[in-house]
Amino acid sequence: MTVPIDLTTLTIKKAHDHLMRGDFSALDLAEGYLQNIEAKNKELNAFLEVYANVREQAKEADKRIKAGTATLLTGIPIALKDNILVKGEQVSASSRILEGYRASYDSTVVVKLKAAGVVLLGRTNMDEFAMGSSTETSAFGPSKNPFDTSRIPGGSSGGSASAVAGDLALAAVGTDTGGSVRQPASFCGLVGLKNTYGSISRNGLIAMGSSLDIAGPITKTVEDAEIIFNCLKGKDVLDSTSIELKAESGKLKVKEMTIGVPRNFLEMKGIDADVLANFDASVEKLKALGCKIIDISLPTVPHSLAVYYIIMPAELSTNLSRFDGVKFGLHKDGQNLLEDYLRTRTEGFGKEARRRLLLGAYVLSSGYYDAYYRKAISVRTMIEQEFSEVFKTVDVIVTPTTPTPAFKIGEKTQDPLSMYLADIFTVPANIAAIPAISVPSGFVEREGKRLPLGLQLMGAYGQDALLFEVGKSFEGV
Amino acid sequence: MTTTIETIDKLAELSRISLTEEEKETIRGEFDAILGYVASISKISKSGEEGSRSIVATINVLRDDTNPHESGLHTETLLSLAPRREGNYVKVKKIL
Repeated sequence: MTVPIDLTTLTIKKAHDHLMRGDFSALDLAEGYLQNIEAKNKELNAFLEVYANVREQAKEADKRIKAGTATLLTGIPIALKDNILVKGEQVSASSRILEGYRASYDSTVVVKLKAAGVVLLGRTNMDEFAMGSSTETSAFGPSKNPFDTSRIPGGSSGGSASAVAGDLALAAVGTDTGGSVRQPASFCGLVGLKNTYGSISRNGLIAMGSSLDIAGPITKTVEDAEIIFNCLKGKDVLDSTSIELKAESGKLKVKEMTIGVPRNFLEMKGIDADVLANFDASVEKLKALGCKIIDISLPTVPHSLAVYYIIMPAELSTNLSRFDGVKFGLHKDGQNLLEDYLRTRTEGFGKEARRRLLLGAYVLSSGYYDAYYRKAISVRTMIEQEFSEVFKTVDVIVTPTTPTPAFKIGEKTQDPLSMYLADIFTVPANIAAIPAISVPSGFVEREGKRLPLGLQLMGAYGQDALLFEVGKSFEGV
Repeated sequence: MTTTIETIDKLAELSRISLTEEEKETIRGEFDAILGYVASISKISKSGEEGSRSIVATINVLRDDTNPHESGLHTETLLSLAPRREGNYVKVKKIL
């Protein structure tokens, strides 16, 4: 290695500049991360597997750099959440039911990352099938928060956030169904991005809630998140719900923006006083940047979490019906086909998966469909309309990303509802299909440890570019 | 709202999941808490525009059935993933 690399302050942009100048090679950079993984992964449990061909990928990247065909992402070591398919590699969604499964094709996200010359480090731990807010539902044990290893890193993309915060990867790509990128990013002092629904193809992601899911980057800076988004975005013939985002409107100057604060949403119980104080300080920072701050009212939006816990289990129970021990993954033998199904699914799915399968079956069953599923779909449309009305008067809506800082391992596992409430601020963006980003907003102290908090910025449908502009200005203060 | 054990049994059967008696009891209690929470939306009176559709409402997207890939191109890749196979078939136990 020519120069020792300081991974703690490295960003994608800085690493790219170093690689271009030849300060270090992509192989040196990959070695740096592999050493950190070797040293720290045992404690953090961020990676489930490191791919065997990391060095080969890095050497290929070095060839591109020499040949002058490098992109901004060539040679950048990135971790993938364990629900993103890479052809020939194992992928399990942290579930036993996919034991031994190897992906038969590349997801569109991976096709694009490979084309950009990224070095894929490996697959990171997550809540089983992305069902959770802490990685504690993983079949492979929880990941740890690098800021305090007695605490969870958030979830469901918790292994990804732990890897980036612990300098085991320069960035990660996770998936966000109700906050699974933004919430762990917030708990680990990182940037987490969930774009407008459909702006990144879902082809090759292991499905959870198909009308809610989207892949998204976890990075150290807003600029890095934007670089990854620009690589991943675009319509894809293999995902009929994917869209091409229209070019952004001209109004991008932060000091001309109006920011809405939904006061009614912040007055609910269960929101930590330190989180509210940190949020107020963030709003003051935005004011200092020249933004106009106004109070807004979103009466229906706080019901998003209730809507989510009807729509998501409905979609999830449908998506998980494909795991039957016949076509791929785990197979447990019984006396007949029905017993094969029962044994495979009972042994393959963990506790949270079983709970949500039953919930999904419940809200979709004939006697309850109207009261739950149909009602939830109708309220979802009302929430979309409420946002679109408010976005006529404001450019961005801000909330804390999470109601509390990172919680202790085991603190919420016995009370599913309290775990679900960790997503109270992040779920509305998935329900309304709008873009949102979590940006680090400071720290609180708990038991002598500094724990990060995040500010969530939400934009109107398709207005993702605004969030990058405000996010970059905010993180610069 | 009180969920009965019979309801839990029925849902488990529909989901092709076996539960122990203890698990059923636990899930029954959790169901009451979760359903009690999500039922809050029943109090929301309809004020949205009638007939409006969600932005994520799905529509069928069709393409012409042309340019098929070469027959058998992916057969081995996909069949090799099946836990039980016989030749070019996925093997399951007899149903009838």
